[in-house]
Amino acid sequence: MTAPHPTPRAFLKKLAHWITNSLATFLAVLWSIPILWALVASFRPANDPMSRGDVWFSASVTTENYLHAWSLAPFGQYYINTILVVLMVLAVQLVTIVLAGFAFAHFDFLGKRGLFFFVLLQMIIPTAALLAPNFATIRWMGLFDTRLAIAIPYFGSAFGMFLMRQAFLEVPRDLVDAGIIDGCAWWQLILNVYLPPSVPSLVAFGLSSATWHWNEFIWPLVITNSDKSRPLTAGLVRFTQLGEIGARWTLLSAATLMVIAPLFITFLIFQRRFIRSFLHSGLK
Amino acid sequence: MSVQAPRKQLKPLPYLLIFPTAVFVALFTAWPVLLSLYQSFFRQRMNIARFREPTFIGFGNYIDLFSDPYFIQTIKNTLNYILGTVPISIVLGFLFALLVNRKVRGIGFFRLAFFHPMVLPMVSAATIWMFFFTPDYGLFNTALGLLGYTGPQNWTGNPNLALLSVIIVAIWKNSGYYMIFYLAGLQNLPGDVYEAAALDGANGWQTLWQITFPLLRRTTVFISIVAFIDAFRTVDHIFVLTSGGPSRGSTVLLFELWQQRFEYQDIGASAAITVIFVVVLLAFTVTNFILSERKEA
Repeated sequence: MTAPHPTPRAFLKKLAHWITNSLATFLAVLWSIPILWALVASFRPANDPMSRGDVWFSASVTTENYLHAWSLAPFGQYYINTILVVLMVLAVQLVTIVLAGFAFAHFDFLGKRGLFFFVLLQMIIPTAALLAPNFATIRWMGLFDTRLAIAIPYFGSAFGMFLMRQAFLEVPRDLVDAGIIDGCAWWQLILNVYLPPSVPSLVAFGLSSATWHWNEFIWPLVITNSDKSRPLTAGLVRFTQLGEIGARWTLLSAATLMVIAPLFITFLIFQRRFIRSFLHSGLK
Repeated sequence: MSVQAPRKQLKPLPYLLIFPTAVFVALFTAWPVLLSLYQSFFRQRMNIARFREPTFIGFGNYIDLFSDPYFIQTIKNTLNYILGTVPISIVLGFLFALLVNRKVRGIGFFRLAFFHPMVLPMVSAATIWMFFFTPDYGLFNTALGLLGYTGPQNWTGNPNLALLSVIIVAIWKNSGYYMIFYLAGLQNLPGDVYEAAALDGANGWQTLWQITFPLLRRTTVFISIVAFIDAFRTVDHIFVLTSGGPSRGSTVLLFELWQQRFEYQDIGASAAITVIFVVVLLAFTVTNFILSERKEA
């Protein structure tokens, strides 16, 4: 900052700009260190342990950690379980939220307000808080330790219903009336009139729902008991507790990144869509 | 089906359309609340033979919990966790939004840097942080050492630091999420207010605190609600980093609920904690609702 400046005001402006940029860069780097470090560590040879200060790339780069982690725990099965749970939840939710959202947006009926608030209860009380009684219900249904058990509490979504209702309410009344005069049945009204302009809301909900269920941990933890149904998150925690893992960070990093990778790469590609969907799903 | 007359009717169709959603809400939200309320008045412990059959004990479970110093500790930890995560994450979220809300080349990289932890599973994030908190050569201690820190090194194994370490992970993970709401708020601010402020000779700092921040009050209220509920329901990192310990130093409400039910097999106590949990959340939501109604009236 030694170059001469025409006026003190311009100088101050430039200084503020410089400070802002430095602060932004510093914080961005700080925030990225964990994921970058995990990436580096996962490619370090296992026989080159980390010690104080020496945490960067080793002389050689290897994929042995990934292969070794894969052989120590059934990650393939965990992948299948997570993907099936996410798809199962999404498939059912998309139907239930569109139907319920349509009913609340389109019709007027006795007890509408009461039913609406009843469904919204689910938004106020997170399912995680109810894991003890829900565990009893799942046992009683005979679903313990199945993928269906992980997914079923989320088959109805108050939040998704709410989002779709809001989207449907935005559809101009004239369009709906035109559809009715054309003799559309209710399901034709949904498919031809209500849904087309509401696709962005549906996508936003789908992305945040998929992220949420890919990442969910505590409910799958209590409701699964074997590798045939255990998803990636619960599998990873089991993996970290395996006797032979201990403090083998290279191995742990590889396993962690395997759990993250599919969703994270999708996020990197569709970053803007993801951020918009999270924004959307927060703004109730 | 003929023309719909969308006025108040008792036709079965709307009820049928809502039925699937309502059934799942009834089964997995309403029923468990009622079941917990009922069970909370009974003593039932699955790992003690003579207590396996439920016995009515009135408010016994609640009395036991509130006279248990460990449970009081859990409540204190929960409050500390909320106080430690919510305000700092919100301030950082606001700061990030300000830093990212500029027309500079490569700003997308900054946004990605701040937001990406949100997409990671909490257990993965915590597993990475586990290494950072490692005594001796962990990155966290190395960095703190450069700043002159000479205190205890085993963060997750120290009763005084364990809660702080899970707080740090939560702040790292959530701040970027709150950033996007502030960012959306900033981008919707009316431009003419700023022109007027500039004409009045307000400097950047004054504009920020006297115009921008007050205009974003609704966003701040909204984020506070989201952050508060999130602080209550996320315990994944505690499982990975501290298991609630040491000496229960990092046990929060939901973790204790899990422990009572699945480790101590105490159905009555876990039901009572579930009820406490639900009451706190309902009270919080109703208070917010009343406050926001009053302001808009």
